[in-house]
Amino acid sequence: MAYYIKTVDSTWLKQRIPGFIICILFAFSILFTRLFYLQIIEGKEYRRLSANNCIRLRYINAQRGLIFDRNSNLLVDNRPSFDLSIVLKDVKNLEETIEHLSLKLGISQSVLYKKIGKGKEQVSYKPILLKRDIGRDVLAVIKANKHVFSGLKINIRPLRHYINKQSAAHLLGYLGEIDLKELNSGKFPDSKIGDLIGKFGVEKSYEKYLKGIRGGQQVEVNASGQVVRVLKKVYAYPGHNVFLTIDADLQQQAEKLLVGKAGCIAAMDPSTGEVLALASSPAYDQNDFVVGMSHKQWDLLVSNPGRPMENKVIQAEYPPASTYKIVTAIAGLEENVIDTKTTVYCPGHYRCGDRTFRCWKRGGHGKVNIVQALSESCDVFFYQLGQKLGSERIARYSRLCGFGEITGIDLANEAKGLVPDPQWKKSRFGVSWQIGETLSIAIGQGYNLVTPIQLLVLTAAVGNGGVRYKPVIIRSIVSAEGKKIKGYSRPEPLGRLPVSKETIDIIRKGLWSVVNTRKGTGKIARIKNIFVSGKTGTAQVVSRKKNEGDPTASHLKSHAWFISYAPDVNPVISVVVIIEHGEHGSRAAAPLARDLMNSYLKKKGILGEKSEKK
Amino acid sequence: MFDQHLERHFKWGLLIVTFLLCLIGLATLYSAVTAGGDEVSQKVLYIKQMIWIGSGFIFLIISLLFSYKRLEKWGGVIYFGCIVLLIAVLILGKVVGGSRRWLVLGGITIQPSELVKIGVVIMLSKYYSKKNDIGGLTMKELIIPLVFVVIPFLLVVKQPDLGTGLVILLIASSMTMFVKIEKRALSVIVSLLTVIVPLVWFFLKGYQKQRILTFINPERDPLGAGYHIIQSKIAIGSGMISGRGFLKGTQNALSFLPEQHTDFIMSVLAEEWGFIGAGITILLYLILIILGLNVAHNCRDSFGLILAIGIIALIFWQVFINVGMVMGLMPVVGVPLPLISYGGSSVITTMLGISILINIGTRRFAVEE
Repeated sequence: MAYYIKTVDSTWLKQRIPGFIICILFAFSILFTRLFYLQIIEGKEYRRLSANNCIRLRYINAQRGLIFDRNSNLLVDNRPSFDLSIVLKDVKNLEETIEHLSLKLGISQSVLYKKIGKGKEQVSYKPILLKRDIGRDVLAVIKANKHVFSGLKINIRPLRHYINKQSAAHLLGYLGEIDLKELNSGKFPDSKIGDLIGKFGVEKSYEKYLKGIRGGQQVEVNASGQVVRVLKKVYAYPGHNVFLTIDADLQQQAEKLLVGKAGCIAAMDPSTGEVLALASSPAYDQNDFVVGMSHKQWDLLVSNPGRPMENKVIQAEYPPASTYKIVTAIAGLEENVIDTKTTVYCPGHYRCGDRTFRCWKRGGHGKVNIVQALSESCDVFFYQLGQKLGSERIARYSRLCGFGEITGIDLANEAKGLVPDPQWKKSRFGVSWQIGETLSIAIGQGYNLVTPIQLLVLTAAVGNGGVRYKPVIIRSIVSAEGKKIKGYSRPEPLGRLPVSKETIDIIRKGLWSVVNTRKGTGKIARIKNIFVSGKTGTAQVVSRKKNEGDPTASHLKSHAWFISYAPDVNPVISVVVIIEHGEHGSRAAAPLARDLMNSYLKKKGILGEKSEKK
Repeated sequence: MFDQHLERHFKWGLLIVTFLLCLIGLATLYSAVTAGGDEVSQKVLYIKQMIWIGSGFIFLIISLLFSYKRLEKWGGVIYFGCIVLLIAVLILGKVVGGSRRWLVLGGITIQPSELVKIGVVIMLSKYYSKKNDIGGLTMKELIIPLVFVVIPFLLVVKQPDLGTGLVILLIASSMTMFVKIEKRALSVIVSLLTVIVPLVWFFLKGYQKQRILTFINPERDPLGAGYHIIQSKIAIGSGMISGRGFLKGTQNALSFLPEQHTDFIMSVLAEEWGFIGAGITILLYLILIILGLNVAHNCRDSFGLILAIGIIALIFWQVFINVGMVMGLMPVVGVPLPLISYGGSSVITTMLGISILINIGTRRFAVEE
């Protein structure tokens, strides 16, 4: 019996049903009461509000954050756009108005009539947009002659304004209308169709800081759409201001140096990874994106063989050419394949199997050691070194030096480059590795591909004694009220170069000799009173097959590289330059790096005496 | 085919009320999809909904061939299947508007978060019908059901679909309260909650607090949820006593209402049919629930009884939250109005629930097979 009482059966459960019914009835009575309240008691008021769909939303767009350089020079701000529209019902004399407008706006009458015609069936209280972003001169005329131009409406809309035309275009980026894919991605929960969001560069990477918070009003309007009262208001909050690491003067100088050329220049502070300049040429004018481009303008941009839409510093992949000898040298020294005493005799060519590999210097370099091989960029030395190292060891050191992997700079679409090894070749082409390819790799030709930013990080690391810093483009993010939102004061190391103290000293000595010795390939980069270190590179565009055309044709000319840092001890700037089809690194790229470093050192006040080199 | 018990005890009332609600739903949906313009794609929704309802009824008839008692045996499998579907959604699901809720299976898009509601109800009924004594559930006995509920809850919230997640929690809590929680366990739970909730609140970040506050009170977000609620209230209120008439709703016509064919369909109904129409609809839900409770009352085994209670909780909470939301009493969450909101998975889930109710009512005298 006791057991029977304790267990649950349906009889016991049934006695709990009434309690449930009471809860449910209570809940439903709330629903009925609310329905009664809304429809019967407040029904009249709501019917009135529904009459013209009175309650509407008016958005107040947030002012987008400003962008400054490292010295607080304004680079990007917002300017008002005056959009002209017409409300047909309020126009007194349509023909006269159109005639005047046609003259002032420079738009033919038929085009204007066409625009109006489209909206004619609509409620004529609805403003029809005639022209976006009219000039202040037209605005003044319209404002002054309000009586003649009745029915014209001016709407003010904030537009992005890039202050220095074409400057830092690839770094700053541009805005564009949000597309459906982005809307559906859920990454832009506050955005709606027609909103502008960052599509490239800093505008894209720091969208969430720059955009601010949209405000708006719930308003009640009358039958003609005029606001009768504001029911609720949400204030808009301006976006945060972004302070970049670049130096606007240096940036503009880099761009000036690139005028008329295809290529890029980037500069970095080797002790922090802060990017001081990031220029890619040819560029585009971001303001064209703001006001809207014609199809023709867009086609020109996209079809330009100089690829203006691409940020070459991070997106373009090139063979590293002789700059890669740094990697081969590090591998050789660290693996004890060579030391400072190892010498190689360069007769101007090297035979490997049944092939002859040429040194760039026909007559040969004679007997060279590692420092001289770097300084004079002797290919034969590195052919032999590469052969001894083998492709796998070179690839391993290459990866440790940061190649084949993005640097993680805060800009979208960074390319990874390519570190080839036998395994890669097998899976890519299905054929096995040839020893000759190892030789090509050793001097940075062949399948090797690097981005200028990867080379810059390596150069800076050699300059600072071996730490690879992540390239940083932002110094701080500050709210409109001046509160610091985010700072990037601490440099972020990506890793150390795979080098011992001795090795890095030898490499540094080699790079010093490139610029500061009689036979150095980078002599042209010398700066008075300061020791510059660097490395030249000349990247072949096509393979040596003869049937591929005349190598002097401009699109088949080699790319010119120069990487450098200065001063040679405790450098404050490192620079990478590549000029597409510039031919020789020494002549086409090195002077650009020199000029850029010269101005920066001058600006920094570093004019110290040349220290004695051992 | 059907034995005489089936015929004698068939729950005609439940069937008729269900049928009426479906009719009201189709009429309102027709208005909601045609008023927005003459887009063909919109009208397709209406046809699709008819097909879903039709298949629901066919399924209802077929399900009578089997006894609900088989669900007890198959409960684990059904539950597990639902969980697998939920995991599949997170991996393979289709993303719409930022949430991953839909699974495309051979041209049919299903929403497993709807089906899992039934899965949880069956699983809990199975557990509670065995592990119970009249003193109520102890803390230890509550752990397993908690796991049964938390797994689908987290999977659904991850999509993210907070509304459905909350409905699952509410259904499970109702069922648990029904079978009674031991006094000591209850006081432990209550005291735990009073400690944890403020603690969690303390650790939340500013924007997370804002989001929760806005969720509880949509008026805080006058440009988003608050705007939808005011438009919904205008639509409902402007219906007054007798409504504007079929296809004459204006708020609906100009697309001032968001989601007017799914979550906000009650606003369309109330605007066009007024207090009379909306009142009758809510009354029909109440009748459906009372008839369901009657089934529970007449049931002779505890599994069937708890199962019936669970299904009633499923219907009740969705009606209460949805209708409460469109009238501005509840947070704005995506909870459909059973049988009326557009959505195949929701319709099928509700129909499944009702067919189980009818099954329990009809087979209460049936001998164990």
